[in-house]
Amino acid sequence: MTRIDQIFSQLRGSGRKGLMPFLCGGYPTLGATAATLGRLGPAGASIVEIGIPFSDPIADGPVIAAAMHEALVAGVTPGGVFEAVKGVRGTTGPGLVAMVSISIVHRMGAGRFVAEAKAAGFDGFIFPDVPLEEAVGLAGTVRDGGMTMSLLIAPTTPPGRAAAIARACSGFVYLLSRTGITGEGAGPMVERLARQIVALRRETDLPIACGFGISSASQVRAVVREAGADAAIVGSALVRAMGDSAAAGRDPVAAAEAMVRDLASGLA
Amino acid sequence: MITASPAQPLSAVPSASGRYGAFGGVYVPETLVSALVQLEEEYRRARSDPAFSAELDALLATFVGRATPLYHAKRLSAYAAERSGRGQAANIWLKREDLAHTGAHKINNTMGQALLTRRMGKRRIIAETGAGQHGVATATAAAHFGLRCDVYMGAEDVRRQRLNVVRMKLMGANVIAVESGSRTLKDATNEAMRDWMASVEGTHYALGSVVGPHPFPMIVRDFQSVIGRETRRQSVEAFGRLPDAVVACVGGGSNAAGIFYPFVDDAGVRLVGVEAGGRSRKPGDHAAPLSFGTPGILHGSLSYVLQTDDGQTADVHSCSAGLDYPGVGPEHSYWKDAGRVTYTAATDDEALDSFTLLARTEGIIPALETAHAIAEAVRLAGQMPCDRHIVVNCSGRGDKDVDEASRLLGLREAGR
Repeated sequence: MTRIDQIFSQLRGSGRKGLMPFLCGGYPTLGATAATLGRLGPAGASIVEIGIPFSDPIADGPVIAAAMHEALVAGVTPGGVFEAVKGVRGTTGPGLVAMVSISIVHRMGAGRFVAEAKAAGFDGFIFPDVPLEEAVGLAGTVRDGGMTMSLLIAPTTPPGRAAAIARACSGFVYLLSRTGITGEGAGPMVERLARQIVALRRETDLPIACGFGISSASQVRAVVREAGADAAIVGSALVRAMGDSAAAGRDPVAAAEAMVRDLASGLA
Repeated sequence: MITASPAQPLSAVPSASGRYGAFGGVYVPETLVSALVQLEEEYRRARSDPAFSAELDALLATFVGRATPLYHAKRLSAYAAERSGRGQAANIWLKREDLAHTGAHKINNTMGQALLTRRMGKRRIIAETGAGQHGVATATAAAHFGLRCDVYMGAEDVRRQRLNVVRMKLMGANVIAVESGSRTLKDATNEAMRDWMASVEGTHYALGSVVGPHPFPMIVRDFQSVIGRETRRQSVEAFGRLPDAVVACVGGGSNAAGIFYPFVDDAGVRLVGVEAGGRSRKPGDHAAPLSFGTPGILHGSLSYVLQTDDGQTADVHSCSAGLDYPGVGPEHSYWKDAGRVTYTAATDDEALDSFTLLARTEGIIPALETAHAIAEAVRLAGQMPCDRHIVVNCSGRGDKDVDEASRLLGLREAGR
């Protein structure tokens, strides 16, 4: 059983829901990423998602795309993110998944990428630009490393295909709460999401985490309580809060902690 | 008993999963997959529908102005002979895509994709553009069919290709200047894909080259292959046989794929693709992934790409906005690795020289993209006997480049 499986098993056992904050690796600095990681568990995060900065993140909206761009300009690399995480990763605390483009994984070699991520303390991966058909080889490499692989299911995914994607996933499935890119604009399509979750539950026992367009405690509540997801993922709002805080000369780590604490209030 | 199976012809790609050998594929967020499936299904239905072919053929004849001529560039050939030091050179022929409506080959693809858009019941079309030729061709098709049209264009290219921005707006398209990243074609493509992520249910993304996720490389190649099919027929009419060599410039690679594909199974026809050699062979100074890159994944497919060791897309440079792209279509990577097509690069300087050369010898001002192919054709012709025939895809006209070329020529003059 992977750490991700254990986390969801404990949540389900106690009737609770999970919060999955997203950090852009190296934004505003690698130090801030590492320091934040240690503070988010107590603030209410079950799993922390760390995005590996990529030059062409087509699924990401302006906030995350700009954060990744800034991190790359500052010289952040996948290896640098791994090092920063390794330094603070304990054996306890929230789960840790890397969201990473296939462009990076392919270039480094899947075997090497998975091994380095594992050594840094990651528990699993989200591959935002790998659809089912291209996931076969990767799935084996990830499984052999004892880690989890979450693929995306979109509002535009037909039911049969969604079931097949869920079968290819481990740890949890990543259900997009709306079409479009990451960002705070349009919120989750809660009714459509609820119907999709009901249908998906008939096909898979895997936990369902929802992301894209979720930026407030009330939206977290809508996704986990009204739509029935197991976890809510919040990215752009948190990345923006950290960036704004750093730009104003305040502590981005404290800003992230405060925001996660507030978002976690939506789980109840 | 072992029976030998005949080798698959090189043209028998892509596979059902969108692969060209190891290259190609579909690396996109799941949100887009259903639209790609829908597009492929609609395209396959359309291709077997005689009414679709008839309508497209009629549009190409009466609206686009096809067939474009195959023109014997005698003074350019004579120049090549003089330059060769051998007193002779092959005959250079120009496939005059510059004479197609809107001034480049791009319209062949956009008319086809606009017809598909209508068949899918979508009312809006979006596009990325580098030099603006694909943007203009998309705006033209959108005006023709009454579709809403938004074109993403890098802010740097908006500056370099101002005239095309005016043309797009005249035809009712909305031009969105992209300020992110390198502010060129790569970034315009990112933004178009992001738009499509949100609008996919009512919008068609008319990709402009043989790049991107399957089925785009196949669809764009097929729509552009009218160039090569006409060239075959016209070559036989003009000089009694197929050409000895075909030369085309390669950015994403759509004009090259269009003229190469119908010749790929003819081993006697040498195929030469010319990339943007830019200022030098140093990383960041050129846009030549087939010449200097490695296989990697960019914009939805596996192909040669210019990347860092970490998989980040590298900076590129070309004087030509249409070639200023770090990737290339997966079928070109397949042809390269199969040894079927030779890929070379022409530098900014060589392209500028050829830009003025073609203007002065033939009275044809080519696009800066096309000028790269002209440079290679003159070089190649000089190595061949005078009874040989080279066809160059004269992929576009250079009106759009006059400002930028005179600026660059002026800078060069000042530097001498």
